[in-house]
Amino acid sequence: MTAQSPLPRPVATACPYCGVGCGVLAGVDAGGGVTIAGDPAHPANRGRLCVKGSALGETLDLEGRLLHPMMRTRSGSMERVSWDTALDGVAEGFQHAIREGGPDATALYLSGQLLTEDYYVANKLMKGFVGTANVDTNSRLCMASSVAGHRRAFGSDTVPGTYEDLDEADLLVLVGSNAAWCHPILWQRMVANQQARGARIVVVDPRRTATAAEADLVLQIRPGTDAVLFAGLLVNLADTGGLDEAWLAAHTTGFDEALVRAREIAPTLAATAAATGLPADDVARLFAWFAATGRAVTLYSQGVNQSAQGTDKVSAILNVHLATGRIGRPGMGPFSLTGQPNAMGGREVGGLANMLAAHMGFTASDIDRVRRFWGAPRMAEREGLKAVQMFDAVARGAIRALWVMGTNPAASMPRADHVRRAMAGLDLLVVSENMLSNDTVNAGAHILLPAAAWGEKDGTVTNSERRITRQRPFLALPGEARPDWWIIAGVARRLGFGEAFSWTGPAAVFREHAALSAFENRGTRDFDLSGLAGLSDADYEALQPVQWPVRRPGDRTETRFFAAGGFFTADRRARLVAIASPVLAESPDARRPLLLNTGRLRDQWHTMTRTGKAPTLGRHSPEPLLALHPSDAAHLGLCEGDVARLDTAHGAARLRVTLDPGQARGEVFAPIHWTGETAAAARIGALVQAATDPFSGQPEMKATPVSVSRVEVATDGFLVARGAAEAPEGLIWTKVAVAGGAGLLFAATEPPDAPALIRRLAGEDGTIAEVCDPARGLYRAAAYRGEALEAVVFIGPGARAAWSAVEGLFARPTLDPATRRALLSGRPADGLPDPGPTLCACFSVGLTAVAAAIAAGAGDVDAVGRATKAGTNCGSCRSEIRKILQARSPVPA
Amino acid sequence: MSEPLVVIGNGMAAARLVEELGRVALGRYSILVVGAEPHLAYNRVLLSSVLAGEMAREETELKPLTWWERQGVTLVYGRRAVAVDRDNRQVVLEDGARLPYAQLVLATGSDPIRLPKPGMDLPGVVTFRDHADVDAMLAAAGPARRAVVIGGGLLGIEAASGLAASGTRVTLVHLMDRLMERQLDAEAAALLKAALAARGITVELGADTAAVEGDGHVTGLRLSDGRLLPADLVVCAVGIRPNATLAREAGLATGRGVLVDDRLATSDPAIHAIGECAEHRGICYGLVEPALQQAAALARNLSGRPATYEGTVLATNLKVSGIPVFSAGDFEGGPGAETVIWRDPALGTYRKLVLRGGALAGALLYGETGDGPWYLDLIRSGRPLGALRDGLIFGRALAEAA
Repeated sequence: MTAQSPLPRPVATACPYCGVGCGVLAGVDAGGGVTIAGDPAHPANRGRLCVKGSALGETLDLEGRLLHPMMRTRSGSMERVSWDTALDGVAEGFQHAIREGGPDATALYLSGQLLTEDYYVANKLMKGFVGTANVDTNSRLCMASSVAGHRRAFGSDTVPGTYEDLDEADLLVLVGSNAAWCHPILWQRMVANQQARGARIVVVDPRRTATAAEADLVLQIRPGTDAVLFAGLLVNLADTGGLDEAWLAAHTTGFDEALVRAREIAPTLAATAAATGLPADDVARLFAWFAATGRAVTLYSQGVNQSAQGTDKVSAILNVHLATGRIGRPGMGPFSLTGQPNAMGGREVGGLANMLAAHMGFTASDIDRVRRFWGAPRMAEREGLKAVQMFDAVARGAIRALWVMGTNPAASMPRADHVRRAMAGLDLLVVSENMLSNDTVNAGAHILLPAAAWGEKDGTVTNSERRITRQRPFLALPGEARPDWWIIAGVARRLGFGEAFSWTGPAAVFREHAALSAFENRGTRDFDLSGLAGLSDADYEALQPVQWPVRRPGDRTETRFFAAGGFFTADRRARLVAIASPVLAESPDARRPLLLNTGRLRDQWHTMTRTGKAPTLGRHSPEPLLALHPSDAAHLGLCEGDVARLDTAHGAARLRVTLDPGQARGEVFAPIHWTGETAAAARIGALVQAATDPFSGQPEMKATPVSVSRVEVATDGFLVARGAAEAPEGLIWTKVAVAGGAGLLFAATEPPDAPALIRRLAGEDGTIAEVCDPARGLYRAAAYRGEALEAVVFIGPGARAAWSAVEGLFARPTLDPATRRALLSGRPADGLPDPGPTLCACFSVGLTAVAAAIAAGAGDVDAVGRATKAGTNCGSCRSEIRKILQARSPVPA
Repeated sequence: MSEPLVVIGNGMAAARLVEELGRVALGRYSILVVGAEPHLAYNRVLLSSVLAGEMAREETELKPLTWWERQGVTLVYGRRAVAVDRDNRQVVLEDGARLPYAQLVLATGSDPIRLPKPGMDLPGVVTFRDHADVDAMLAAAGPARRAVVIGGGLLGIEAASGLAASGTRVTLVHLMDRLMERQLDAEAAALLKAALAARGITVELGADTAAVEGDGHVTGLRLSDGRLLPADLVVCAVGIRPNATLAREAGLATGRGVLVDDRLATSDPAIHAIGECAEHRGICYGLVEPALQQAAALARNLSGRPATYEGTVLATNLKVSGIPVFSAGDFEGGPGAETVIWRDPALGTYRKLVLRGGALAGALLYGETGDGPWYLDLIRSGRPLGALRDGLIFGRALAEAA
């Protein structure tokens, strides 16, 4: 027999990044490489993928993976142990903490990247068997305010609408959302609606983002005043006959109080404009458009949620939709955009400390119902500690054993330095991880548990429109990595709860989860998977993407909530809420005169453990940049490319400066992605205050007073090496993924001994080519082994501009002499002009090519695409191309 | 009636002078060229190629006989000029013939120096100046033969390389601590030494010749430190001396060479000197380029269009045993200078630029010299570099594109 077995067909799975939840077809090709494509059959993306999803294949190598359990020895070093030893260690540590301090001395800190099944098992263990609700998740930092706002208004954590509403709306209002970068595929649907149907897009944001570039109206709002705008809108609707009085009367309560409070906050349009810092004409335009447009969707994301008044911001938005009855019908409604692939799944199982399970809370009846369903010996009787409180409890020693799964709180929590120090004092820090090293692992973990990663995981996730999608494996579990549910169940058995944790696979966990949602539901709870509780293993394996509720098998009819009321409050009426007066938790003062806003970049995600591996994704913004308004920069004596030091009351960072007229004066923006692993001084979480929303516990991560000062830099430079690129002491460095190597971009306060550095990287048998221009402080060197490039060091003027031309050379196995000679010049060897910063990562199109196409007459984004292919795949760069077009076109007189 | 113009010397300067006169003063002079060597004028630079067996003797000829005929030049070669009778404006040849002139050009070149050491007159000791020397060297070269070349300048290195190419075991001895010290800095000289070693040539630096040893024929070279280097052939390539004998004996003003002014005239306005025999502003050039520039300037003067020669910024642009080398101006640098270096030893290239006051003062290129002329132009013009400064080291294309 010589016939080769055919390659398995690609599996349909779900993307592991944002909450859009795109379908992905993933497979392994004949060469052992991974093929990634959008799933045309998936309703979220219909075959498209953004640049991050498209580059998933670059993120799956095992470099740096945690492949077997490890435990800290007495001497402090981490050593490989068996699964039995590791799980025994976790169980004993938890038992010890419980003996010393009770169940509340233990906690789990979970992640929106866990699968629903993993989340379910973790939640069940703690809330039903250990007996504490100290189960919180990084979703607390993401959309807890939306959850709280939903529950307060609807009586349930319900996203009423569906993605189709974005296709069918006539007005799309995005509040605190840079969807063009953070939810690119949904954004493309909105833009398609704008183009095909003429839908208007309004962006409300303190920054002029890539999203704003394509908007019909941009409201560059003063930070923290979104609720003023929506209070003003409510007042305006009330005063102009824009309310749906009948619907209000039939399905809501609280309107009068809400309107009275809204009038206090925003009595007139002029007052609204003054408080929000917006031109009155723009406010009037939004109000008029909203009043005139029935099919209106208001989308909100971290700009709303990550606020000490996030819940009230959500309520202000929900109030407007409830007051106009614009909810649950095609093309209209409030819409929360979630940041993680399974934030919604976590909410469904009760992965938040203030939720019990299956959208039930800590009422006596809910506790009793869940107790009976689980046969739980020790139910948590009250809400647990939310993330910020949880780590404060760790800091003061109230929590002695903490298990972190699939997230990196030492980098991502507010006051991250404080959190990191706090974890170092734990009796037991367990980390379930994909990576061998990250800030949390390095915070003093005692036990490391190798968890399955995307591509290996098997279970379900739920996206922002309540659609459950199977995440299916297409790669074998590497080393001794195991699914999270298996790991948790192993600990549960060792704690004596074997019978309740005896599933044989994720399908069994899912059935139990679905059955709990159905248990004594009878329409009283929004979250209802009754129709999926009886799935066979084969059914589960074949499960197609499905929106909940699924009240009966095969039920696909109900995709929206609340068109005709039917809220999940006791009286089935929605609540309009009288919100508090908007005010930032902290305001700038003379010492810290600026406000630090934080957020995501287009091509990175979270703390970069995955996206940081992809060279394609490193090119858009290789370094963490501090964006500030040119006038602020001038005032601070900062120029483009300078290094600035940021100081808040909680921490410091040093970032390179970029001037951005899209920043409001007085506000600066820094990306959240870099950690102690990937940059010398860019742990932005460490700078962020921990003031939290009183209802959601979500911290205010987008408005921390900060001072910015110039850092005297002696020189700039970079190094790239075939293997790992370790930073010499004293550099302000950033790691960058490079095809065929690893890179470090850096600034140096003292010039490093670059010749020594390249000699070290060259090794014994390497040869070195170099340029020395001491008068200009310039040194450039390349190390070769034969004709193969091994390492490059550039110091001094022109180094940064040379980066893109040089790092690309590591993808080549050898360099011909002409290329070798051109390398040190920092210019491409083929004589072509420098491609410039990459705009289109899909087709590697740089700014130079785009500018050339525009100069040659390409007048719009599509024409640029025809000329260069830029923006014709994932479309993530289309907004940037539009910005460039706008910047280059003459201003109309 | 054309004026008689006699050129003594049939080398590269003479050939260029005739060529230029043909362009700017065709028919004005009746030209007669006297050459001591029994050949048409040839490119002396290519002697090393003949020695290395890369080129036939005939291929070194600058111009074919038909060219000289077309120029209307009378060639008198293989006969030596022995005197200038200024009173009668005649050149006297060794056979007594007298050639009248209205204008006389001395292009007598230079003579190789033989070290004043014992044994230098032994058979088997040669210099490296003309075809006869090459013939002698070729006769003595071959596998299992041993040669010592004295002199680590360009000529000595070429001789050593040529001999090594024939399989001869060659030792190159040089008094200085580096090769080609006038054209190369220490680093480039070290690269060159390594390149020569790769060709099988042993280089002895700081080696002072004491004597040539032998009884009836050379058997070795004795160094002043006492070492004896066995040799079947000794090539003395320690330098050249301007050949100013005729001028001196004719009573013209001379120093090391024949003194000339900026119009290339000697102390006798009817007599001119160009090339290696001339001393201009105190400098006797030993290179081709100044000779050619002098020839061009003199041709214009002789055509009646005054032109001056103001000296040549020394530039070396040549191949040393196949390795391109360029140097010009102040390539050593020093206080007050900015130095930029680009080296890639594995590719065998090295480049050094010296800047002073925002202008290029000197350049040294080893292994790759394509940008040499551009650097030379920048050095000679002395113009401020401005925006060229940043990319200067990477050569013209990149510097001007930057």
